[in-house]
Amino acid sequence: MKQLLVFIRKEFYHVFRDRRTLLIMFGLPVAQILLFGYALTSEVKNADIVISDQAKDANTAKIISKIKSSSYFIVHEEQLAGPAIDAAFKKGTIKCVLIFPPRFGDDLRHDGKASVQIIADGSDPNTAKTLVNYLSMIMLNYQQDLAGGGGAPIGIIPELRMLYNPEDNGSLNFIPGVIALIFMIVCATLTSVSVVREKELGTMEILLVSPFHPMMVLIAKAIPYLVLSLVNFTFILILSVGFLDIEVKGSLLLLFAESTLFIITCLSVGLLISNIASSQQAAMLISMMGMMLPTLLLTGFMYPLENMPLVLQVISNVVPSRWYYLIVKAVMLKGLGFSAVWRETLVLAGMTVGLLSLALLKFKTRLE
Amino acid sequence: MAEQVIVCNELTKRFGDFYAVNKITFEVTKGEIFGFLGANGAGKTTAMRILCGLSYPTSGTATVAGFDVYRQQDQIKRNIGYMSQKFSLYENLTIVENIEFYGGVYGLSRAVIKERSGELIQTLGLEKEAKKLVGSLPLGWKQKLAFSVAIFHRPQIVFLDEPTGGVDPVTRRQFWDMIYEAAASGITVFVTTHYMDEAEYCNRVTIMVDGKIEALDAPQALKQRFQAANMEEVFYQLARSAKRSSD
Repeated sequence: MKQLLVFIRKEFYHVFRDRRTLLIMFGLPVAQILLFGYALTSEVKNADIVISDQAKDANTAKIISKIKSSSYFIVHEEQLAGPAIDAAFKKGTIKCVLIFPPRFGDDLRHDGKASVQIIADGSDPNTAKTLVNYLSMIMLNYQQDLAGGGGAPIGIIPELRMLYNPEDNGSLNFIPGVIALIFMIVCATLTSVSVVREKELGTMEILLVSPFHPMMVLIAKAIPYLVLSLVNFTFILILSVGFLDIEVKGSLLLLFAESTLFIITCLSVGLLISNIASSQQAAMLISMMGMMLPTLLLTGFMYPLENMPLVLQVISNVVPSRWYYLIVKAVMLKGLGFSAVWRETLVLAGMTVGLLSLALLKFKTRLE
Repeated sequence: MAEQVIVCNELTKRFGDFYAVNKITFEVTKGEIFGFLGANGAGKTTAMRILCGLSYPTSGTATVAGFDVYRQQDQIKRNIGYMSQKFSLYENLTIVENIEFYGGVYGLSRAVIKERSGELIQTLGLEKEAKKLVGSLPLGWKQKLAFSVAIFHRPQIVFLDEPTGGVDPVTRRQFWDMIYEAAASGITVFVTTHYMDEAEYCNRVTIMVDGKIEALDAPQALKQRFQAANMEEVFYQLARSAKRSSD
């Protein structure tokens, strides 16, 4: 036990003295959060919008001219009905549909408020959200024009529906994905590199000849990264709450427990890689290609899985971060309890046990 | 009769049809400097791994520090030190931290580590460098430090696997002074080397060829037997007969 502590202390020295490791460990999360939080919310220009004006009155004409005069939209005025809208979205020729109901002007005049329908392509949530915001702004602007005219206060209430991604709540969905990505990088990459480094340096040989148990070497390697990742996780949560106004709706305890599980999954992956790779570069490459890309592509936080070909959807099931992403989304954003995520947790736990046993087994055979 | 710290009897390691180590038999006496020579691929490393408790022999018997290589690997590991050609300290730890780490891995108490590391740093004359990262030391110093660390826990036997690779002649000479000191203090030194002048420094040497021990004696006796001027010639005469290609 004392030996383990000595070893863990040594690992911490390594981490804190290696500028690159520190940068990956703590610089990366900040960069990712800022990048996804601010830089990647793209401004959209010249988006194709279909305006179906069933009212054709003075109000709608004015609103349409406002939309036309903005640089955000290219307006196509057509009368589109349900199936045709769907088809146009699927072809990808339009980004957004605005429908004025037949009694738009009348409602506005008599009740002081009227509804319009905005349909946006939710498979591209950032763009959709931006476009919807632009339209809402234009409506609001028109409202103020009317109010400035001295009439009764009136309101236009846009009712919007996100197609293909009905529960979309905007760019905040990426946070759980980024957390998964960071764990993959920090745990899998750094652990595998740190084990392989000892092999390269020849210190692994010395450790194997010492009375320190080989399995303990792996455990001692993993523990510092587990601790640091949990610190990192806290850090990301603070960043998300403080800067991106995300609310942690569910139990923090559950969130930390699930994250610990996922960190152990990532560490197992890292240890497995360290058995296969013979150089630090190889370890780096395998973890980047083998782990980061699937996490980016097949977790569902950047590209919705529902829109992918069936083959990829099936493959995505073996990507651990996919399950973790679902768990964090449920707990953090929706505030659900363990009863809602026990299935995902079970899958993740199973993967962890499998990966860890494989890593230890491989390590053992390599020794002989 | 002096105490035998390593006893090998017909020790064999076979990989499939390949006899990496083929029935080697020898004994090493306490406090002896025992040279283990052989061309690359002769089976030195395999034999050494067995004696260090890293792999199991296929047949034959061996005890190291009185412990059986089949059943008591853990006790063996506790009683030996090991240093390899690859520099084996952590470059981004200071000298003191390296010593503390290895001392800790061998389960030495904090007080013992503190006392011995103070002595060690004084003996090596490294007081000023003690808090510096090992990476900043010249190679010769690192190598001496690595040796000191290998015997820091006062093992009965220290295994040195080509310890002087890539080191200049002066440092090599100083390194051998340290080996003599260690031997004088009762530590048995088991050393492999490719430098034949170093072989002359050993009390006894074995020369392995194709997994077998072809010669085992004091350097002086070997030179007489093979009518050679130096160990280099003895080695050539024996190694020439090797059928295995190196590595």
